[in-house]
Amino acid sequence: MSECPADLKYTSSHEWIRVDGDEATIGITAHAQSQLGDLVFVELPLLGDEVLSGKEVAVVESVKTAADVYTPLTGQVIAINESLTATPEAVNEDPYGEGWLFKVKMQNPSELDDTMTADAYADQNSD
Amino acid sequence: MLKHTPLYDQHVAAHGKLVDFAGWEMPIHYGSQMQEHHAVRQAAGMFDVSHMGVCDISGPDATAFLRYVLANDVARLKSFGRAIYTCMLNDEGGIIDDLIVYAISSTQFRIVLNASRRDVDLAWLSEQAVNFDVSVLEQPTYAIIAVQGPQAIKSFVSLLEDNAQQAQVTALKPFQFVTVDDLQVARTGYTGEDGLEIILPASQAPVIWQQLCDAGVKPCGLGARDTLRLEAGLNLYGVDMDETTTPDVANLAWTVSLHDPQRHFIGKQAVLAQREVGVPQTMVGLVMAARGVLRNHQAVYSHGQPVGEITSGSFSPTLSMAIAFVRLPADFQGELSIERRGGFQPVQRVTLPFVRQGQSKFKPVSVEGVSDE
Repeated sequence: MSECPADLKYTSSHEWIRVDGDEATIGITAHAQSQLGDLVFVELPLLGDEVLSGKEVAVVESVKTAADVYTPLTGQVIAINESLTATPEAVNEDPYGEGWLFKVKMQNPSELDDTMTADAYADQNSD
Repeated sequence: MLKHTPLYDQHVAAHGKLVDFAGWEMPIHYGSQMQEHHAVRQAAGMFDVSHMGVCDISGPDATAFLRYVLANDVARLKSFGRAIYTCMLNDEGGIIDDLIVYAISSTQFRIVLNASRRDVDLAWLSEQAVNFDVSVLEQPTYAIIAVQGPQAIKSFVSLLEDNAQQAQVTALKPFQFVTVDDLQVARTGYTGEDGLEIILPASQAPVIWQQLCDAGVKPCGLGARDTLRLEAGLNLYGVDMDETTTPDVANLAWTVSLHDPQRHFIGKQAVLAQREVGVPQTMVGLVMAARGVLRNHQAVYSHGQPVGEITSGSFSPTLSMAIAFVRLPADFQGELSIERRGGFQPVQRVTLPFVRQGQSKFKPVSVEGVSDE
């Protein structure tokens, strides 16, 4: 049973969002990294990319499989976690902290209304 | 309802991530398959492989029987207390299973079967044994623990209190085995590292497992087992070969013994006939220098045209690059690439193994018309 930090928002495609003003940090959840297994490669968007909510912007690849990561928010990519090139396992070891993927300057903060709370995300995953 | 090995409780206690493997609930890892892989290359790791079948072949015709049903020749073993790796073929030369045979005496052998092929193998062996004075008896009350890595043998020997037993195990040459109390201890493995495979009564498995843990041996799951064996250039039944493939197209021609022309074995004629006509395919190693992981069944291209297919594809934790086996037309020489995210990525054909005893071993196979980068 993975823990979902209560201060974050979540998507049904297993991304988490940490909001700070009009900036959002995005990563994948503990549940997602557990399903994928040890990551060996992370492909991130480019700094400055304009991204559209719902579009695939990153790829996380494990020994088992590759998975697309979607941005829940429209805006510009203002930061990417370049340390993941050398240490992709940070996503497995600290998915909500050191394993963050990229930051978006939000163009439409109202898109956050479509995201889930920690409880709703946990409910979605319990089976 | 999935089956459990005698070590199931140990896997649960060690937080193993349990998955369905051939109808058995087995740990794919205990936290990190990468760390488990590195532990085997650098120190010692252990695998519960009790889901594999153990079958004893005994009787006056045991040797003759195995010389008939197996493509390798047990009569070539220099002495007893030795194991041999072989394929078991059908009449068309297709591989029913690959297995290890332990020669205990001329009338007593033990074979270890792949979990996914247990039932098929036992049915086949029983059927073929009809005209031989031999018994084919499954041994369901054994567990199997594989202890692998440069520290593996030392760690196991530290568990033995008897100096004579310690000396016996320490003296084992590769592919030799010895019986220590109720344990059959063989210097064999599936990882490309030194180590032991121990067949033991199920009742003793939890204690031995715990003792090995206490001695510093790391429990490792099936995920690490797969990346280790692929690095070592070792085949996996059902992925690299099956009943439709002969040994020659699966990099296993070396396991077919024609040394004794008088020996008839099942599949011999078909294998020879294929060699006569020309073996159509070969299976070779592949590495990809660019970022990414190679995957089972991935198509391999040359100049934009599909020419082959990856059988086993994965990532090598030791080499930090993608590695695979690929089946190609027998005399194929051209440059190779795979499709990735809408474009083509070059891949390099290499000799096997990729890794042996922790060291990178592969060499590029040079290709006509392509200059070295």
